[in-house]
Amino acid sequence: MKFLPPLVWLARLLVGAYPRWIGCSPTAAQRIYFANHSSHMDTLVLWASLPAALRANTRPVAARDYWGRGGLRQKIAEEELNVVLIDRAREDSSADPLDPLRAALDHGFSLIIFPEGTRTPQPLPGPFKSGLYRLAQEFPQVELIPVYLDNLHRSMPKGALLPVPIISTLRFGAPLARIEGESREAFLERARAAVIALAAERPQAEAAT
Amino acid sequence: MRGTQLFLAVMAAMLLVFGIGTAIGNRIAARAREQDRIAWARQLNLRIRVGWVLVLLFAAGFALGEAALAVLFAAASFFALREFVALTPIRASDYWALVLAFYVVIPLQYLLVAGGSFALFTVFIPVYLFLLLPVLMAIAQDTERYLDRVAKMQWGMMICVFCVSHAPAVARLSLPGYDDRGWLLLLYLLLVVFLADLLAVVASVFWGRTPLRWDPTKSREGVLAGAIGAVVVGTLLWGITPFRIWQSTLMSMAIVGASLLGSVVLTAVERSLGVRDLTLESGVPLVHGVLGRIEGLAFAAPVFFHLTLYFFAA
Repeated sequence: MKFLPPLVWLARLLVGAYPRWIGCSPTAAQRIYFANHSSHMDTLVLWASLPAALRANTRPVAARDYWGRGGLRQKIAEEELNVVLIDRAREDSSADPLDPLRAALDHGFSLIIFPEGTRTPQPLPGPFKSGLYRLAQEFPQVELIPVYLDNLHRSMPKGALLPVPIISTLRFGAPLARIEGESREAFLERARAAVIALAAERPQAEAAT
Repeated sequence: MRGTQLFLAVMAAMLLVFGIGTAIGNRIAARAREQDRIAWARQLNLRIRVGWVLVLLFAAGFALGEAALAVLFAAASFFALREFVALTPIRASDYWALVLAFYVVIPLQYLLVAGGSFALFTVFIPVYLFLLLPVLMAIAQDTERYLDRVAKMQWGMMICVFCVSHAPAVARLSLPGYDDRGWLLLLYLLLVVFLADLLAVVASVFWGRTPLRWDPTKSREGVLAGAIGAVVVGTLLWGITPFRIWQSTLMSMAIVGASLLGSVVLTAVERSLGVRDLTLESGVPLVHGVLGRIEGLAFAAPVFFHLTLYFFAA
């Protein structure tokens, strides 16, 4: 029996990270998981909720200006999570910030992305940025899986240093269909709606929070 | 009998009984075909697994001493509270109240138990935390559903931490002529609670006329049979307690009664918090979780602790 990596263990201890595969099952198909982004825990929790075999082949996309600043955080990002760093601030204006993502997809990795681009410390996600649309166009064979992360904004609100333990569930939806000739705005809105639809699937009555 | 011999004897008996129980449970689960039979087998095996937790707890408590028991129950409180909070309207603005609850109150409460400071551990949460939590939650200046949030937080603390912490406290009671046997008294409490629940599930299959409204896996007749069975076993276990045989009967009855009421109350709480159907294969962690397993103990432990303290302590 293999022991869980300490980070996965920590995520499960604190927030449970219970996956619910509603619209798809955890298979080895190449995928882009896209989710709402409400806390610093999101990247770790989504990654930790995947089965070990998928985890090895799935790379979270993370902002270079937060995760790439050296120290323990970068060590975790590179050695444990195997993140793809994205240049959110466009320090080098000639390069396309999506290039590292394309490279990872070309190598057969699945990706975890948060298309809002920044944290929205609320239950429902804000508008999506266009990167998801471009990747969807360029890699038509990759499944686009909407994911809704519940409760994490309560576990680690903006400004908090220490997460507090609250059970969180992750709901994986059905792959987003691609519609021929759909505009960028319509696609992004449809993708966001797919995540929001999963939010309504909450098993608890007290969804108002 | 001396401590070690007693430990080995009780351990052997538990291994035997739970071993047979696990074998039967697996066989039933493998043979189950109909939907309600499968659900029932799952409920049964969930409970048998709790038996193995008891064995581990018991071994750890004996090997490492009572401090280790406090740590194990602190972990149970932690996981139960985590589930409870997820079901409440507690918000991001209650962050500091949650930090206090999880990272300060739980360790402190169990430290007080392990240290045997009974005067403080019985008032720490009901008095001091009762006053401090609403203060912290009011300072955040978020008044939407304020009383609702405070009340549910305090309920969670009382049930998941305060009540559960009475279980390891039982092992710390100093009773005349019963030195260093606290862990046996705790085992007595846990076994009676555990058996009442397990036997009720088993008996409900044979006498299953009226399903309980709050727990459809059990019937009224089954619960009664389980309660009687647990009291009989509890009575026969008088040898490991400081009680006489008739006192052990009464104590078992108190434990079984309190734990039954505990599961009635906590099921009502879970329902009102919106966990829709407890038999549903919904993936709601609560149903498989710690909260559902400690509901009887949460009521039985304080009752048993105070009865023993009042009638038997030096």
